[in-house]
Amino acid sequence: MMFPERHSRNNIEPSSDFYLPAFFIAVLFAINLSPVPFMAVRAAEIPLAQRQSGFELMQAETQAMQRNDLSNPAMLWVREGEKLWDEKPGENGQSCVACHGVVTGMAGVAASYPTLDTASGRPIDLTGRIQQCRTDRQRASAWPRESRALLAMASLIGLQSRGMPIMPAPDPISKAGAARGKALFNQRVGQLNLSCAQCHDDNWGRKLGSATIPQGHPTGYPIYRLEWQGVGSLQRRLRNCLAGVRAEAFPFGADALIDLELFLMERAAGMTVETPAVRP
Amino acid sequence: MASALIDAPKTAKRGEIITLRALVSHQMETGYRREISGAVIPRLIIHTFTCHYDGEEIFRADLFPAMAANPLIAFTTVATRSEPLVFRWLDDAGVAITETVQLVVTA
Ligand code: HEC
Ligand code: HEC
Repeated sequence: MMFPERHSRNNIEPSSDFYLPAFFIAVLFAINLSPVPFMAVRAAEIPLAQRQSGFELMQAETQAMQRNDLSNPAMLWVREGEKLWDEKPGENGQSCVACHGVVTGMAGVAASYPTLDTASGRPIDLTGRIQQCRTDRQRASAWPRESRALLAMASLIGLQSRGMPIMPAPDPISKAGAARGKALFNQRVGQLNLSCAQCHDDNWGRKLGSATIPQGHPTGYPIYRLEWQGVGSLQRRLRNCLAGVRAEAFPFGADALIDLELFLMERAAGMTVETPAVRP
Repeated sequence: MASALIDAPKTAKRGEIITLRALVSHQMETGYRREISGAVIPRLIIHTFTCHYDGEEIFRADLFPAMAANPLIAFTTVATRSEPLVFRWLDDAGVAITETVQLVVTA
């Protein structure tokens, strides 16, 4: 961690999201107060009819911020992405627009990532794909993960899928990745020994300290998170959750994170993309 | 990165009260944080925001380190004439961000 503060701005290290004391209290409360003991609940998948975006659990003010493109701060990143789309950063003078045309042609792309990268035979996420074009096709230096430029471009491409249903990649390699992601989702990890499913399947809608536990759908990424005071990726969100249960977070770009992303997309299949969303 | 979003009506009736919302991208470094080495990270915030319309300063705000990053400022004014609304943010480094939108006022 670069800064000692808990809420350091622009600090993408996964400082715990859940204030630890509050978190412990929340767990204890859950044990004492719930009709079924918290830890004994078996992770059951959320019925289709009950699936909902984290948007639904937000306060009206935060929802209003997301609904209006002129008050959603993530749109500042989108604007920056629009500029980058036309830029020629490399020796070969190629811009994104030169090969891809207007960015609206990217409609539906973000709704089906991660997907199979035929060249490597492995799943690749949207960020990885953007990097590929940047280094291999533009002959420019890669944008670091979670850099402003990369998030700006991912937000711009994500926005083109807004309102479209999530369509998980159908190929067998991506499906195998999603299956590994599902196993990870159900595996207890960290000093707190909790799985993703215990929070997001079994206890969504309940309070964890001051936060409401959402179902954990990837519908809005990259998001503008009020706590981050900036835009962040789904992988940053997942690393925060891992740090929250005191597990060692996988590094950005790790296969395990891509597998988790694949599973989250499968779990959210058919839900509507809301990129760029606002979250508390 | 200098970029701003303005939420303002394109047209208004003369005498109508209009709401203006100005969102700007800025890190708003407070000057209170330290690096791991103990060195203070210098303050870099927007300290002044103004809005000019029809030859007058219609709104001014002094901002302080407790302000969030990417501040959103909303205020109202009375539509008088078809004139540009000029929004201006000034930060500690002396960088000014200016954004202009045209308002058409009808009788
Ligand atoms: C020299 C031409 C070229 C340039 C420049 C280029 N791309 Fe690409 N891009 C391609 C090709 C070719 C593909 C692969 C298409 C395929 O396999 O279907 C691709 C694929 C993609 C995809 C995946 C599309 C999909 O349907 O899955 C994205 C996203 C993308 N590019 C983004 C970008 C961005 C962002 C930039 C600028 C930073 C960029 N590209 C610059 C040629 C280019
Ligand atoms: C201890 C409970 C807990 C565990 C375990 C947990 N999370 Fe979370 N997760 C949360 C909370 C609380 C939030 C919302 C934080 C907020 O809004 O302040 C969240 C947010 C999310 C979101 C964002 C949803 C949205 O609407 O944007 C995703 C995705 C997510 N978690 C996935 C995971 C995955 C994958 C794991 C396992 C690696 C995991 N979480 C483990 C509590 C948990």
